[in-house]
Amino acid sequence: MKPNKFWSWLVFGLGAAYFIIPLVATFMFSLSMRRGYYSFDSYASVFSDPRFQATFGYSAVIGLFSIVVGILVVVPAVYFVRLRLPWLRPAVEFITLMPLIIPAIVLVYGYIRLYNSSSIIPFTGSALGTDILLTCAYVTLALPYMYRAVDTGMRTIDIQTLTEAAQIAGANTAQIIGRIILPNILVAVLSGAFLTFAIVIGEFTIASLLNRPAFGPYLQNIGANRAYEPAALAIISFIITWGAMGMINVLGRFAPRTSARTD
Amino acid sequence: MTDTTAGQRTRRRLSFEWLGVAPFIIFAVLFLMLPTLYLVGAAFIGRDGQFTLENIAGLFTDQIIAAYWISIRISGASAILGALVGLAIALAIIRGRLPEGLRAAVMTFSGVASNFAGVPLAFAFISTLGRLGLVTVILKFIGIDLYKSGFNLLSFWGLTLTYLYFQIPLMILIIAPAVDGLKKEWSEAAAILGASPWQFWRYVGLPILWPSFLGTLSLLFANAFGAIATAYALTGSSLNIVPILLYAQIRGDALQNPGLGAALALGMILITATANIIYLVISARAERWMK
Repeated sequence: MKPNKFWSWLVFGLGAAYFIIPLVATFMFSLSMRRGYYSFDSYASVFSDPRFQATFGYSAVIGLFSIVVGILVVVPAVYFVRLRLPWLRPAVEFITLMPLIIPAIVLVYGYIRLYNSSSIIPFTGSALGTDILLTCAYVTLALPYMYRAVDTGMRTIDIQTLTEAAQIAGANTAQIIGRIILPNILVAVLSGAFLTFAIVIGEFTIASLLNRPAFGPYLQNIGANRAYEPAALAIISFIITWGAMGMINVLGRFAPRTSARTD
Repeated sequence: MTDTTAGQRTRRRLSFEWLGVAPFIIFAVLFLMLPTLYLVGAAFIGRDGQFTLENIAGLFTDQIIAAYWISIRISGASAILGALVGLAIALAIIRGRLPEGLRAAVMTFSGVASNFAGVPLAFAFISTLGRLGLVTVILKFIGIDLYKSGFNLLSFWGLTLTYLYFQIPLMILIIAPAVDGLKKEWSEAAAILGASPWQFWRYVGLPILWPSFLGTLSLLFANAFGAIATAYALTGSSLNIVPILLYAQIRGDALQNPGLGAALALGMILITATANIIYLVISARAERWMK
């Protein structure tokens, strides 16, 4: 018994050291902009940079749009596949796995070549079009996570009974999805939303190749030109990721615990 | 609803079903299938618009083969090390009789760290192990000069060490349910039959975990193979890995041949697809043990 516990602590301790030392080192580094003593100068420098505010705002807005589009695309699909088209399920699941198989850089390369300004759908021909394309690219990146979150949410509620009850009460399909199903899976949808936000906010590859003024390319640019600000930005990004994941954990406690009808 | 006939109702419901699924399908076609198929097609079309295998043949130059090889080595090393360390940590927190709260803390942290990738991760490692990084400076102070002894963050091992920061947590998250699946009764039964802990792991525990382990290994490989932001922020374009080569090609036609760029992308899809197919096949087999 004793040696078992010793090895467990050793493995845990080494792992903890590997994960905590870079965070501590980055934090200390971010505080040492002024020679001789610790200060929050690098953070002040970051927050007062108008490009930080502009790019972060831009990515946050794109993130919100990605969440809305993701919900509109995924929720009705999961609902109808679960309720009426179960034979479509393997195909839908395969599609949601595709973004894990095809690297993001390959996808964006396809977009650039397929949707250039001389194509039938010239997304990259205008700034607005490119913003729309960027939003759709992020919905695609987050698709595996959003789908899984929504699907898990719908598994825990009895959509068939809810649908029948709503139909008897005279609701139409849009009302059923928007006012019955969605509120019941809100926790699952929100965890998908926070995960989407965590993926989108600092994304570099797609935003950079589509030439949009997003937070990821800004981070990269600061990294190439400054010494202490990158450390501060790494800490800020870590806190944002932590916040998004923390929200998912907190929300998980409010998830409904009813189960689906088994007949 | 009351004045519609049954036939109309069925038709209307059917159309509603398709109307609900249509956005998803259109979305998948526009942003997943068409772009991928377009690139696969472009890999086989020459400058003159005719079918050709020249682009594929063009992959077999020293520069491109070297790029694929170093990408495969970094992805392989970070996947294998990440899987081994992740499994060890999962075993320690789940079966190692450590305090209860530790497991929840590690799982939460893993959720965060597995998403903490990209550019900020590169910054964290530059601040830690870069030439002026805190650990480098402290080690130098006590007489160990990392960079003189051959270590370089902008190298194979530096990048592998950095990738482990998201690979290990991902392994912990995916393998934890499999480790949970090892029932307590099995180790008790083995002990009653006279097996030592070592024999339990050799003949029961590890063989059961093996398929999940292999499956997750291929997922980690694909995960690292497609990653670019961390490597780009860390090394600029000095490390010649496939995603960075493709990035340079998209940015400024670095290979001076769009067909070759498409072939490069096709090669990446084939490699990550193979890794993921291995994952799907093996995890389907592994699920038999989860019941």
